[in-house]
Amino acid sequence: MSFPWAKQYQPTSEVGKWMDERLPLARFVHDALGPGYPTPKNLNAFYNFGVLAGVALVIQIITGVVLAMHFAADTRVAFDSVEHIMRDVNGGWMIRYMHAVGASFFFGVVYIHIFRGLYYGSYKPPREVLWMLGLVIFLLMMATAFMGYVLVWGQMSFWGAQVITGLFSAFPVVGTYIQTLLLGGFSPDNATLNRFFSLHYLLPFVTFGVIILHVWALHIPGSNNPTGVDVQSEADTVPFHPYYTAKDFVGLGIYLILFAAFVFFMPNSLGEPDNYIPANPLSTPAHIVPEWYFWPFYAILRAFTTDFLGVPAKLWGVLAMFASILLLFLLPWLDTSPVRSNNYRPLSRLLFWVFVVVAVVLGVCGGKPAEEPWVRLSQVLTAYYFAHFLIILPIVSKLEKTKPLPGSISEAVLAKYGSKSGGGDAAPLAQPAE
Amino acid sequence: MIRLGALAVGLLFVVNVLWGAIAPREAASPDMTKELHKHPKHMEWAHNGPGNLGVFGTFDRAQLQRGFQVYKEVCAACHSINRVAFRDLADLGYNEGQIKTIAAEYDVAAIDSNGEPTTRKATGADKFPLVYANEAAARAAQNGANPPDLSLMTKARPDGTNYVYSLLTGYSDDVPKGWVKPDTLYYNPYFHSINIAMPPPLAADGQVTYSDGSPATTDQYAKDVTAFLTWTAEPKLENRKETGMAVILFLIIMTGLGYLSYRKVWADVKKA
Repeated sequence: MSFPWAKQYQPTSEVGKWMDERLPLARFVHDALGPGYPTPKNLNAFYNFGVLAGVALVIQIITGVVLAMHFAADTRVAFDSVEHIMRDVNGGWMIRYMHAVGASFFFGVVYIHIFRGLYYGSYKPPREVLWMLGLVIFLLMMATAFMGYVLVWGQMSFWGAQVITGLFSAFPVVGTYIQTLLLGGFSPDNATLNRFFSLHYLLPFVTFGVIILHVWALHIPGSNNPTGVDVQSEADTVPFHPYYTAKDFVGLGIYLILFAAFVFFMPNSLGEPDNYIPANPLSTPAHIVPEWYFWPFYAILRAFTTDFLGVPAKLWGVLAMFASILLLFLLPWLDTSPVRSNNYRPLSRLLFWVFVVVAVVLGVCGGKPAEEPWVRLSQVLTAYYFAHFLIILPIVSKLEKTKPLPGSISEAVLAKYGSKSGGGDAAPLAQPAE
Repeated sequence: MIRLGALAVGLLFVVNVLWGAIAPREAASPDMTKELHKHPKHMEWAHNGPGNLGVFGTFDRAQLQRGFQVYKEVCAACHSINRVAFRDLADLGYNEGQIKTIAAEYDVAAIDSNGEPTTRKATGADKFPLVYANEAAARAAQNGANPPDLSLMTKARPDGTNYVYSLLTGYSDDVPKGWVKPDTLYYNPYFHSINIAMPPPLAADGQVTYSDGSPATTDQYAKDVTAFLTWTAEPKLENRKETGMAVILFLIIMTGLGYLSYRKVWADVKKA
């Protein structure tokens, strides 16, 4: 599972030894996150976000379990029970704001984590399964977040449930049946709220299970790194603990400061004011928009405005929205370049940044009402989104001339720190040539 | 094979969506509501603190009490604040006796000893009662309109606090040419559909008599009642910001120490 130079777990006490022979739990932690996991020594701050995503999930689970103690999943009182949490439960406002803001932060962290993977080619062999498990986690998160948002039973909850389940009705023959099954009826009602509550409580634990697989799959080849070059010797790695536990702790601190700034000083800035209006099936909000983390996909959904090849526009939109995420599962086979890191792929790097801009602007379009110029802009950007992964990347990865790779991670580190006399604290001593 | 399939699917989506992009569409009809609609005015609020940043700042208790008075004497004729309990008024600086007196002005539903429905005087534990028993009753009494509960109003609209103030002070008799306004409605460009069923609630200076010498102007009434409604929507605002200060201070110290240990742990690696 690991490199031959990985530190072996040595129980120090008699009790530790006794336990190790029966259930080697301490050995497991030692090998997974401790000194027994050799990690490339050149990981930058972007490699912090996997741990942060794990922390974000744990925050969601803990706050969510407490909220569930006070929440009532019944359409007549759900909204009131949320306000009861905000006003009458001790510290309830803090728990709820942490949960609501926490969802946004979870997505923010995961998006950075995914883009990190895209930039450094972390989906490439031998990490394809690791990448696909990550996408499964992403899909589970989206389902969980959507259903959690419905639980509040505000205006946007209700109409969001109506719109999102309505998407399935676009499929011929089975569509209406699927929608009825999801809602437990013909429109969002008590049956919807109850099943969403049940699933919203279940899916985070399923997610947790897939995360265990994700981390397991990570430990087989070990972490990728900014050079994309494989680890070759002990000189390329440092033990995860204390090196990356120390580094991740700093990242975690910065993350929590930002998180606290939102929770305590602008808790509602990421949400829709309409969701502070109790759900009313008789009054449709002027603009039905999802939370920001769904905006790019919402823009893709709405970008298809004309019937094409006899298929209605609505179905195209739904297919495109699902395809926009599912195509990422194929990415390891679409991008065939043997070079992982975009640091050594000038053209791909440029295209990566173009894609980042496209994704962000697509998000802006998704948050706007469906009118010009936003519709036309999202159509052009949606075209680029698909072209990027399905057409441009496969061709570029074949044709592009890559820059020479460093011989090893250590060589790359030496080239960086040796020539520039260290990162400030390092004495500018002459380096032994390796 | 995968790449050929991807190419085909990619071309299908790209051609399809670009076809939609160049397809002619109906020109958007000019939307007068959008042209006339105004964004809320930017006001400074005590609870937003210095620079109106929202970082520091506490509610102005005297202002909340005046706002409560405006609510009681004006708004409460049609609008409830059903999520607020009388005991919550302690936040405004009222003592237990005063809260009891205020609560006793309201009747709430009860069951008498024979099991018959009756009413009793409200206590601190009760919430402010609804003005109308249900929506139908409200619409019947209000010419078809349904006055919303105001408890959460400043959080239920974009830029809510400024919105409520702007709406209260935004009525105008100058209806622009070409704008259709039924006689039963009023012109207010801060309202989402411009024509609003609520008559100007703060119509004249002197409408509410303040006991603390604050100016008895409609503008002052609007500010005070808006501050009060900001409190009803977010009663834990002060507690929240105070806690936030302590949390962030703790986190900064924790992260600083974490950074120092990170530097120490990595010192030998960076040089290598």
